[in-house]
Amino acid sequence: MNRKMVTVTILLVVMACILPFVLTNYRTFQATLVLVYAIALLGLNILTGYNGQISLGHGAFYAIGAYAAAILMDQGGVPYWATIPIAGAVCLVAGFLFGLPALRLEGLYLALATFALAVSMPPILKAHFIEKWTGGVQGIVIIKPDPPAWLAAAGVKLNADQWLYFFVLAIALVLFIMGWNLVSGRIGRALVAIRDHHTAAEAMGINTALYKSLAFGVSAMYTGIAGALGAIAVQFVAPDSFSVFLSITFLVGIVVGGLASLSGALYGALFIQFVPNIADELSKAAPWAVFGVFLIGFVYLMPTGAAGAVRALTRGRREGKLSHAKEALP
Amino acid sequence: MEAVMFQLLAGLATGSIYASLALALVMIYQATHLVNFAQGEMAMFATYLAWSLINAGMGYWPAFCLTVLGAFVLGVLIERIVIRPVENAPVLAVVVVFIGLLVILNSVAGWIFSYTIKSFPSPFPPALGLRYMSPHQVGALLVTLLVLALLYVFFRFTPLGLAMRAAAENPVSSRLVGIRVGWMLALGWGLAAAVGAVAGMMVAPIVYLDPNMMSGILLYAFAAALLGGIDSPGGAVLGGLVVGVLENLLGAFVIGNELKLVVALVLIVGVLLVRPSGFFGSVQVSRV
Amino acid sequence: MSGLLEVAGLRAAYGATRVLHGMDFQLAERSITALLGANGAGKTTTLRAICGMVRTEGEVRFAAKRIDGRRTEDIARLGIAHVPDGRGTFLHLTTEENLRLGAYVRKDRAAFARDLERMYGYFPRLKERRRQQAGTLSGGEQQMLAVSRALMLAPKLMLLDEPSFGLAPLVVRELFAILRAINAESGVAMLLVEQNAAMALELADHAYVIETGRVVRAGSAADIKCDDAVRRAYLGY
Repeated sequence: MNRKMVTVTILLVVMACILPFVLTNYRTFQATLVLVYAIALLGLNILTGYNGQISLGHGAFYAIGAYAAAILMDQGGVPYWATIPIAGAVCLVAGFLFGLPALRLEGLYLALATFALAVSMPPILKAHFIEKWTGGVQGIVIIKPDPPAWLAAAGVKLNADQWLYFFVLAIALVLFIMGWNLVSGRIGRALVAIRDHHTAAEAMGINTALYKSLAFGVSAMYTGIAGALGAIAVQFVAPDSFSVFLSITFLVGIVVGGLASLSGALYGALFIQFVPNIADELSKAAPWAVFGVFLIGFVYLMPTGAAGAVRALTRGRREGKLSHAKEALP
Repeated sequence: MEAVMFQLLAGLATGSIYASLALALVMIYQATHLVNFAQGEMAMFATYLAWSLINAGMGYWPAFCLTVLGAFVLGVLIERIVIRPVENAPVLAVVVVFIGLLVILNSVAGWIFSYTIKSFPSPFPPALGLRYMSPHQVGALLVTLLVLALLYVFFRFTPLGLAMRAAAENPVSSRLVGIRVGWMLALGWGLAAAVGAVAGMMVAPIVYLDPNMMSGILLYAFAAALLGGIDSPGGAVLGGLVVGVLENLLGAFVIGNELKLVVALVLIVGVLLVRPSGFFGSVQVSRV
Repeated sequence: MSGLLEVAGLRAAYGATRVLHGMDFQLAERSITALLGANGAGKTTTLRAICGMVRTEGEVRFAAKRIDGRRTEDIARLGIAHVPDGRGTFLHLTTEENLRLGAYVRKDRAAFARDLERMYGYFPRLKERRRQQAGTLSGGEQQMLAVSRALMLAPKLMLLDEPSFGLAPLVVRELFAILRAINAESGVAMLLVEQNAAMALELADHAYVIETGRVVRAGSAADIKCDDAVRRAYLGY
């Protein structure tokens, strides 16, 4: 990370820490969701952006993480903060297991299979034979966690929304730093090599099967953690929240934000959180029409997404045409 | 035993609808090597068009014909305007455009026609009913078979059909004999959209008309197309019938109706892993 | 000299790789011209360039009209039939369907039927296999099919890319004799790209020799055959 990037990041983190004290509770809640989506999008980006495996079904992993947290809290009495690593672990394994058969599916067919997974998710979640855990059609209600006692004892007064925000922010920072290490190191380069020229990567001795399955696992883990955090924030999980349209929302997020980009996850999260709020004023259908137009528009006009545009503007002409999204860039 | 017969025949009826949609998918795949994720929404949109015409007072069959024509035009326009720019783009770009199309069609339908569920008429007289099949099931099966027969005749025996087959198989050689390959693709999309419209109008009386009615059916159609072989039209038809029967039998006697969609998921993933070329498709060899 | 086909300053590239560096040549009506050269000299690219299958710069005129920059299918409709490298057979369609496709742009059904019979006359083996899938035909038969398909266009000019490739010498003789006959009967001009220089020079009236994307020798076939440098480089003696 060069000095400029570090400075910008630190500034962002500082601003992020100030936000909950200047925003209303509702806005803080929205900001929390932006962070949650950013984590989910980072997960999807690792798989689709950096590694080129198209997933139209990441909503499924989000749902698994969300339900894992909800069930653990509701029926297992597990404290909210402990559900996060468990949800992450469950999704890591689930993702890796899905990644193994996915090895045999290329591009379009993987998209097809993950699409099928996404469409089937609500019926699976509503199924009678697991109803006593999942709550069936009605889902599960979660109680919002209170700020921990040690905080009050230290003299810091936060309300529940603010505490949740910082909790999610801390996890997001950890995950983003981990993500940065992943994509800018050897593993990231291997993932990109596999995306750009699979056969050549194999010929170079990269164990493509292992990397691709791991990418699936890690990607699912990120999105699953996001799901768990999201469930806690929204205080509710129900099957119809996890339809194929959730997966499509994530796709919109990474296309608009920028593929193969960490900052893209943040831009995309802002987009998918706030555009529906604004578009909803026009009509119920409008948010999706907007998403659709942006999806197609970005493919034609801005294939590198918002992150690519920002990069192009800030890099300027000095460095000439870089390899757009080919490298693991922030 | 009677119950099995009911489910079997009902399965054939819905299977014929899956077969039509699967055929539309295969037609586009043969020509472009792309899977049209928006096929279901295109069919749904066309069905809404039919509904508006019927609601405005037009008779069923005139509305049917006008809708099929309208769907054809819509398909051609979509190919020329939305798909053509990304025909040779990387897979992810194409998938994103298809999903964008899906989403736009879905939301525009919701916006114009609202999300309240509507009923759609069945034009088949009660006299058509058989012992184990309702009039609509018989009618849907007959209509689908008729459409398939017409398509078969068109592709096998007309010059335009031959040109379209040629363009799908070998676009370079087709250009060398003067075939305007771009327009063949557009025509293919138009035909696929028209076939999808028929499927939509046949299924709407059963599942009721709402913007999300086709997503499950699209999944069954995917399963059917893969099972039969994604580049085999005959396979798609057979696959559709098999999937319809399987769905009904499993749903009624094994896993219950709410999990029927999982059958499609299992079929899709299963076929892709075990035998990606399906029963009648050709094996793809990728060049290094 | 205004001929059927005039090429001036033709340049062509595949992406960043430039293959033709300024080709100049002409073909007269009803003539058979051979384009000779080693592997990689740009022979196939020249034919592709004429048909608009690659991006080009420079001028290509057919019957005095500019055709460079036009689309392949439009150039075909003007009366240029290309028998491509690898034959370009529609493998999953039948032999007869392949021939029908050759005549796709023609409106006159009676003439089409006549020409179909004419092709079967030249190549009886195709008639035997008319309902077979073209992919099941042998190499030689597919070559005959490719030539017939091109002729079904009723072209004024036929471009043939290595018609002898992969064929036994006897079959090549048979094919070239038929090409001669076709040229004599219907006056179709032919541009023949061949590595097999000896056979090509026997068939052709004129010849051009290409090296690295440029014409380096031009003349009648007889002259080229006797040209020392050509003999040593391409004829092996």
